[in-house]
Amino acid sequence: MTPKQEDIEKAKRIRKGDVRTASRLIRNIEDQIPEAKTTIKHIFPHTGKAHIIGITGPPGAGKSTLADALIGSFREKNKTVGVLAVDPTSPFTGGALLGDRIRMQRHAEDHGVFVRSLATRGALGGLSKAVGDAVHVLDAMGKDIIIIETVGTGQQEVEIINHSHTVIVVLVPGMGDEIQAIKAGIMEIADIFVINKADRDGSRQLYAELMAMLDMANISSDGWRPPIIRIENVFEPISFQKKLEELSGKIEGHFQYLMDSQLLGDRLRRKSMMEINEALRASILEPVLKELAENGELEMMAEKLIQKKSDPYSLAEEIAGRYLKNVP
Amino acid sequence: MEDKKIRVMVAKPGLDGHDRGARVLARCFRDAGFEVIYTGCHQTPEQIVAAAIQEDVDLVGLSCLSGAHRYLFPRVVELLKQHGADDITVIGGGIIPDQDFQMLYDAGLKAIFTPGASLDSIVEWVKTNVKPMP
Repeated sequence: MTPKQEDIEKAKRIRKGDVRTASRLIRNIEDQIPEAKTTIKHIFPHTGKAHIIGITGPPGAGKSTLADALIGSFREKNKTVGVLAVDPTSPFTGGALLGDRIRMQRHAEDHGVFVRSLATRGALGGLSKAVGDAVHVLDAMGKDIIIIETVGTGQQEVEIINHSHTVIVVLVPGMGDEIQAIKAGIMEIADIFVINKADRDGSRQLYAELMAMLDMANISSDGWRPPIIRIENVFEPISFQKKLEELSGKIEGHFQYLMDSQLLGDRLRRKSMMEINEALRASILEPVLKELAENGELEMMAEKLIQKKSDPYSLAEEIAGRYLKNVP
Repeated sequence: MEDKKIRVMVAKPGLDGHDRGARVLARCFRDAGFEVIYTGCHQTPEQIVAAAIQEDVDLVGLSCLSGAHRYLFPRVVELLKQHGADDITVIGGGIIPDQDFQMLYDAGLKAIFTPGASLDSIVEWVKTNVKPMP
């Protein structure tokens, strides 16, 4: 088989739902093996069918447990589910402990569910650089629902909005005063808020603060007011199940709203812009940087800066002049 | 730029909830620069194998302190084979009597580590014997 045929074969197997081929491709994407791009080219036309749901929130808020519960709820409706669960990479050793899966292992043998853990490998936005393409793989496999779980986030990790249709921000009571609720960043990106562990002290206050924040916000910009769902105790099956149904109803409602309004188009455009941006960076900037690093020029340029013989902008213009045909 | 990592799964098959050892090992693999997936306790061999394939790991490390290793460990190897994934290395650890070693090696396990094995020796074994899959 020629390499090209091999890629077409791989793409076919992925579209038939072959787990081994899909998980190996995701691995090659993570490892930045150049051949992975070729396979992506073949599956890309077959993507765009899944409803992509992002789950984000602080560490220990219950994102994985919620993802597990949602998998169950979607499976009851006969929808297939793919999950990408991201956990942090150590800045010191490069290793990672990927533990989100523990909460979802009851679905391991269900052929309608595919769970893949990813390490951030230095990415700062709460996700891994591989997430965009890994979503394409799950989408091409025919998963109806794709859940992306971010690392435990703080205030600023909002990368998830570029990858999902519906963003769920999971909060827990007792994380700060009302000013936290009106800060920019993660509090702005929710399509749905979940207050988890709402049987704890401070849950009513958090609910009131979120309501006040939403009252202040200019919701007319997209017309969707994020609902707030309080989930009390995962160990009380009846009330938990009821809240879960409410949440999954809101998730479906939000997707419907996106489709009925112009918003789905807007989100797709935002995502496509980001994908082009990243692909350009990978095919233009990275090869240049690699060459400059290998021939020692990068080092020399740094030296020039230290000795104040040049400045970053002049150096960059010089390099751009050398590599690019038309420099504005 | 290519950046290949060793992916490892630490799993506890069977009805044994003593996972201190598994956790220590998971942490130690993390510190060795591996990407480690921990499944938690009470896993069936079927769950472990399904997860190992979805996660595309290079190595599955099984921990068992209950005495059921004679069934559980070989079953994991057998299921991996059935799924065409016998390129995944399987090692085991826990309370394993000496007289069971040969039986487990014959079943396809590549190494057994029992109490007293140093963490360094386990990491060293993995670095020597497991390479990230192509």
